[in-house]
Amino acid sequence: MFVQFSTWDIVRNLLDAGKWTLALSLIAFVLGGIVGLAILFARIASNRVLQAATKAYIEVFQGTPLLMQLFIVFFGLSLAGIDVSPWLAAAAGLTLFTSAYLAEIWRGCVEAVPKGQWEASATLALTYPQQMRHVILPQALRIAIAPTVGFSVQVVKGTAVTSIIGFAELTKTGSMLANATFEPFLVFGLVAAGYFALCYPLSLYAKSLERKFHVAR
Amino acid sequence: MSLVKIAGLHKHFGTNHVLKGIDLEVASGDVVALIGRSGSGKSTLLRTVNGLETIDKGELVVDGTALHDGRGDLRALRQKVGMVFQQFNLFPHLTAGQNVMLAPTVVKGTAKAEAEDIAKEVLLKVGLSDKFDSYPDQLSGGQQQRVAIARALAMRPKVLLCDEITSALDPELVSEVLAVVRQLATEGMTLIMVTHEMRFAREVGNKLIFMHHGRIHESGDPKTVFAEPQTPELANFIGAVQSA
Repeated sequence: MFVQFSTWDIVRNLLDAGKWTLALSLIAFVLGGIVGLAILFARIASNRVLQAATKAYIEVFQGTPLLMQLFIVFFGLSLAGIDVSPWLAAAAGLTLFTSAYLAEIWRGCVEAVPKGQWEASATLALTYPQQMRHVILPQALRIAIAPTVGFSVQVVKGTAVTSIIGFAELTKTGSMLANATFEPFLVFGLVAAGYFALCYPLSLYAKSLERKFHVAR
Repeated sequence: MSLVKIAGLHKHFGTNHVLKGIDLEVASGDVVALIGRSGSGKSTLLRTVNGLETIDKGELVVDGTALHDGRGDLRALRQKVGMVFQQFNLFPHLTAGQNVMLAPTVVKGTAKAEAEDIAKEVLLKVGLSDKFDSYPDQLSGGQQQRVAIARALAMRPKVLLCDEITSALDPELVSEVLAVVRQLATEGMTLIMVTHEMRFAREVGNKLIFMHHGRIHESGDPKTVFAEPQTPELANFIGAVQSA
């Protein structure tokens, strides 16, 4: 009954699982970005209720461990009678987590645009949406690129936590392989290398963007 | 009939009563210089004229568009009132030409080709027709400020507000900006300016207003007011400015 795993078998399985890590990261980042943008607009709106609600949203997701958020999504929805697969729970949990952080990062970028830009565009009789669209967001976007790419590293590493609710990404597959092969050091070394291979290029890219936009206008 | 009419205007910042009942009329073609110590309320008064500062009480009318106790059509008001700032506040991600074209196209819905003609015309007026495609950070401070003036002029304002527009400039760049303002004044543009350039205020202005503790303390023709200050506060202020 014993299956013998060669090193290549381990690597092959991990590469396969790595695809799920990558897919989950992408989905969390894209959906989290879309939700995060909506949160951002509510957060900086003049409506006090929207401000307070989104502030609370951001505080909750920043002030609790990602693992608890996943548990609540996964088990909470089951309790409510909605059967969610680990895959769906992982994607939903990470999307919420990502949206809260991105909204907060982007709020900082919008606030980094000098007050004089608001005043000059208001003086020219632009409406709030026009100010946003033509003056504020184009400048905030330049500021936001580097920290946003930098945060994507956190999203990739955050996917590891979804192994706990049974989603078979890189870390979960790693622990199954470690149990089967009794070679945890080799297996988890390779798992770590996999994360590093995903994250390091992103870090480098964020650094180069930071330099580029630091010298440019 | 006056172009700008301010009556019984009051403004607070929290518990600080910064404008304590301002009455002021500006006729079309007037060049008004607002002077006074920092904290006297001169910048705040200027900024109420296009609604950058809200008005707690009183009336403001510009060319028929009125704000009563701070309420009214702010955007209609702002289309009649242009403003130039101490820090230029050009949009750094847009070229000089795009800076000038933005408001006419976005706010007034002017066609792009027409807005481009307007931009070329106003940039020519400020002597920068060759800088249409330059970004703000490729221009000197004086050039940036002239683009800012052109940007305001492109909206065809009835009044142009100037808030210490030479204070952030290196001394050798001040004269090129003042030359543009002087030219606007001779062409009949209505100007209200907060300035520290006393000689310029006397030479170009036809009305001088000395603000003190949130009130208009003294006003009149610049030449007479400077020569014969009626209050010790203004005499002190003129003395302090001249010895500086």
